[in-house]
Amino acid sequence: MDHLPALVNEASAAIAAAEDAQALDQVRVRYLGKKGEITALLKGLGQLPPEERPAAGERINEAKQALQQELEQRRQTLEQAALSAQLEAERIDVTLPGRGEVNGGLHPVTQTLERIEALFQHIGFDVAVGPEIEDDFHNFEALNIPAHHPARGMADTFYFDATRLLRTHTSPVQVRTMQTQEPPIRIVCPGRVYRSDSDLTHTPMFHQVEGLLVDEGISFADLKGTIADFLQAFFERDDLQVRFRPSYFPFTEPSAEVDIQCVMCRGEGCRVCSHSGWLEVMGCGMVHPEVFRHSGIDASRFTGFAFGMGAERLAMLRYGVNDLRLFFDNDLRFLRQFN
Amino acid sequence: MKFSEAWLREWVSPQLDTQALADAITMAGLEVDAIEPVGAVFAGVVVAEVVAKAPHPDADKLNVCQVQDGSGEPVQVVCGAPNVAVGQKVPFARVGAVLPEDFKIKRAKLRGVESHGMICSASELGLEEGHSEGIYVLPADAPVGKDFRAWMTLDDSTIDVDLTPNRGDCLSLRGIAREVGCVTATRVVEPNIAPVVARSNAQFPIAVSDEAGCPRYLGRVIRDVDLSAQTPLWMRERLRRSGIRSIDPAVDVTNYVMLELGQPMHAFDLDVLEGGIEVRRAHDGERLTLLDGQEVVLDGTTLVIADQAKALAIAGVMGGEDSGVGADTRHLFLEAAFFAPLAVSGKAREFGLHTDASHRFERGVDPDITRPAMERATELLLAIVGGTPGPISEVRKPAHLPQRDDVTLSRERLAACLDVRLPDEEIQRIFRGLGMTASAPGDRWRVQIPSWRFDIAIEEDLIEELARVHGYNRLPVRRPQARLSLKSADEALQPLRRVRRHLVSRGYQEAVTYSFVSPELQSLLLPEAVSPTLANPISSDMSVMRHSLFPGLLKALMHNLNRQQQRVRLFETGLVFQGELDALTQTPMIGGLVCGSRDVEGWAAGRDSVDFFDLKGDLESLLALGGCADEWQFVAASHPALHPGRTAQLYRGGNAQGWIGALHPSIRAQLGIKPEVYLFEVAQQAVLEGRIAAFQPLSRYPEVRRDLAFVVEAEVGVAPLLEAIRARAGEWLTQWQLFDVYQGQGVAEGHKSIALGLTWQHPSRTLNDDEINQLIAAVVDEAESRFGARLRS
Repeated sequence: MDHLPALVNEASAAIAAAEDAQALDQVRVRYLGKKGEITALLKGLGQLPPEERPAAGERINEAKQALQQELEQRRQTLEQAALSAQLEAERIDVTLPGRGEVNGGLHPVTQTLERIEALFQHIGFDVAVGPEIEDDFHNFEALNIPAHHPARGMADTFYFDATRLLRTHTSPVQVRTMQTQEPPIRIVCPGRVYRSDSDLTHTPMFHQVEGLLVDEGISFADLKGTIADFLQAFFERDDLQVRFRPSYFPFTEPSAEVDIQCVMCRGEGCRVCSHSGWLEVMGCGMVHPEVFRHSGIDASRFTGFAFGMGAERLAMLRYGVNDLRLFFDNDLRFLRQFN
Repeated sequence: MKFSEAWLREWVSPQLDTQALADAITMAGLEVDAIEPVGAVFAGVVVAEVVAKAPHPDADKLNVCQVQDGSGEPVQVVCGAPNVAVGQKVPFARVGAVLPEDFKIKRAKLRGVESHGMICSASELGLEEGHSEGIYVLPADAPVGKDFRAWMTLDDSTIDVDLTPNRGDCLSLRGIAREVGCVTATRVVEPNIAPVVARSNAQFPIAVSDEAGCPRYLGRVIRDVDLSAQTPLWMRERLRRSGIRSIDPAVDVTNYVMLELGQPMHAFDLDVLEGGIEVRRAHDGERLTLLDGQEVVLDGTTLVIADQAKALAIAGVMGGEDSGVGADTRHLFLEAAFFAPLAVSGKAREFGLHTDASHRFERGVDPDITRPAMERATELLLAIVGGTPGPISEVRKPAHLPQRDDVTLSRERLAACLDVRLPDEEIQRIFRGLGMTASAPGDRWRVQIPSWRFDIAIEEDLIEELARVHGYNRLPVRRPQARLSLKSADEALQPLRRVRRHLVSRGYQEAVTYSFVSPELQSLLLPEAVSPTLANPISSDMSVMRHSLFPGLLKALMHNLNRQQQRVRLFETGLVFQGELDALTQTPMIGGLVCGSRDVEGWAAGRDSVDFFDLKGDLESLLALGGCADEWQFVAASHPALHPGRTAQLYRGGNAQGWIGALHPSIRAQLGIKPEVYLFEVAQQAVLEGRIAAFQPLSRYPEVRRDLAFVVEAEVGVAPLLEAIRARAGEWLTQWQLFDVYQGQGVAEGHKSIALGLTWQHPSRTLNDDEINQLIAAVVDEAESRFGARLRS
């Protein structure tokens, strides 16, 4: 019994000296195991006189508990150290780039078309599409452009034969929709259109979005409001100046060209707007009664407006692209700029 | 339509500067394209007279001139122009003058002779393009000492208006002035055109056989003219400022009247005309040499002016070379006619022409201006070339002249269309300004349409006139109102935009390629393809409609490979055009292409190139978007553009929908593409049509998985084998996985090992070993008997 303090000191030193979990466990077994030295003392209590036993038992148990505590503390310290070491060993360079495929991207014309569609879908327009090889009736006749009309010269047409052609605008989709649907009609018609023109500012194929609203009581004021709202929303400029200039399209009457204040120079005058401060961005007008007649809509009951714009033109203004032809080269260095 | 601002201001001169005037014209619907100064910038040039001329003592080509510029004694000037002569009035740049491009005139010595200024040529003053031959000789009545700029009214602008095809009435000063007067509420002063009194009875017979094509034809003989006379400077200047070159007095006067009044005219040399004028359809095969030297072969669709022997001119388009006037023409036959737009329309283009006359006649010339134009032209001609005018001969067929029915405008309709009530006074003022006569207002106006307006036939036309003159931008703005109504939406149908974004997420860049492609490229890829060919392509390599998305995608690939882009992943959506025109299909497709390394170059990436299964994986994930992946089959097949051993045709529910494969190596070689390229193309509709999810209860009982490995001959397709196994594995099979395909050591030559994991689960009880063993026995039996498979132990 007298060597208990020395034994405790010895055990404490051994606990402190244990460098890993295994060594620590050996210390535990040596002192507190079934055959451990402290355990042996407890077993030897029976040999003491009965009156000494409680006090001696208490002292040994205290010593045992103290050692257990030290063991536990040491175990925790060692675990902590091991974890720290593991974590340190697992350190990586988190600044390295991630693994796997990088995103591709949508063509800027698609992005523009989708954006225009979405703006109009928000106010109840549907998206309508149609064939690109069209016939003379849907591309011209039904739109009040009879054969030999000077307006046929406005769009140089690609022909296949006397009556079949590549559509010069997406207006045929409007005709087809009016032929099959009852008003109210609210549609936008995005798509490829074709004109035999190729130079710095013209490609023989480009994209248009046309829109049509037919209902009772639709007026020129509705047209002005819709177009101005659209352009301000598209360019995200509430104060964008929009002006309507009288013009001529065979399929609308009255007809207008729409100019916006130049988005490059804010109307100050620059190369893009030819120093006029204005940019022509779309055409529009009230649907001509003759178009209604060809499409089977009762012009005495319904009125409507139609509009059309070039997607590439709007994309160029929106993203600052300065060469139309880039849209159709499909150069990855160009396309990736819109990802 | 180009015209001089100063000329316009003789007709109508609102209190607006040039820009404001141009803006007013634009906002009336006549878009001003350009405003150009009529001459270059210069100062210090005066009208002077050459009073003496002597040869330069030391230079053969120079003269020493004495020039009176009105400031005192004549000044000495050395002049190199060959045409300088005593008595000429000339533009003279005094010492101190500044000519265009900041060229300052200083005292100088030329070969030892003092020179105090410069006699100018037209090009030196920016009055002529290119280099002028000699000095600019002014009319004899030019006032010496007067500032040249002011005297020439060079502080003038050419205004170029880009007219829409409906406004043929504005192809003249008269028409533009009317518009300007109306939109600026300014009085228009018309020139006074008095009939010219005939001074002989000379007439030339006129007959019109195509009355519909030419309902009005006026002719006049003017005898004994002198076409060697010079067109006066003022007229030459007005023509120049309107973009028309001066030719000779007869042509200049007809052009002048066309600009002024809008009536194209023609002058014939009377001496070469035989018998009389006949306006008729050409005979088939009739030949005519036009003024531009081109010989054309005519047919019965073309209206011509002929004499008794031959065609002289294509009506309303261009005159003939033989009957045209020249400096030695002695007697003129002057023509002013109304040709119906339909008779002229398209004719100029048919012969590759576009003339000022055809441009006007196609759009409609005022049928009431014919006679005033004839009188005006006669008057102007007589003043320049002299001669004896005969009376006007006229053929007029009122039944064929354009009829202008009155148009009724309802007050309600006007208010409903514009959302505003315009004051009656303003409506009347606008109608008046446009030359329309409106009845007194009530519920409606009855409006008489003037002879020059070919574009006004219905109520809406009048509404537009009122709206544009009132000003579109002064009209009210509102937003359309509509009933809110829901529409049903097809949930099973995937939106195309989802498909596009899916490919984008897998690294594809969207391309937009032309719908017409090179026939060589298309037939290289698809020798059997039939698709429509353009009659008038922009170039031969864009002349045939694409039968497939492959040509365009490959062209885009080559563009990028040529620009050092080695890893290319592209897709496109759009129509392909298949079949002859009469049996044409226009089918929306989605196609893609991969080339280069499998992984993006990076620190952790492999260096392997893409292969068939990379693209197939992308495509399968696309086909799975609608939840119907199991309906698709990839069947080994052959396609002319693709590698015969690496091509599959895509089927959905038994219908062929597309292709996937490696670009054929020999096509790669022909196109100069070094790396392997994999392509796919599939019909959009089949990709987009999906299904709506249908819930199955979850089983609470354990699942059982068994792995099997078969050895089959290498040619056996895995997909049919799997399909057959699945069919025999019973209704409780819930999953089947192909987890290994192996060829090599341990597997006989020409064979492959296929390892599958099959998982069963019963919805309402636990499956026992016997049941599973029976199913496996059935599966193995199927594989052995139908595919020659052997179970690997």
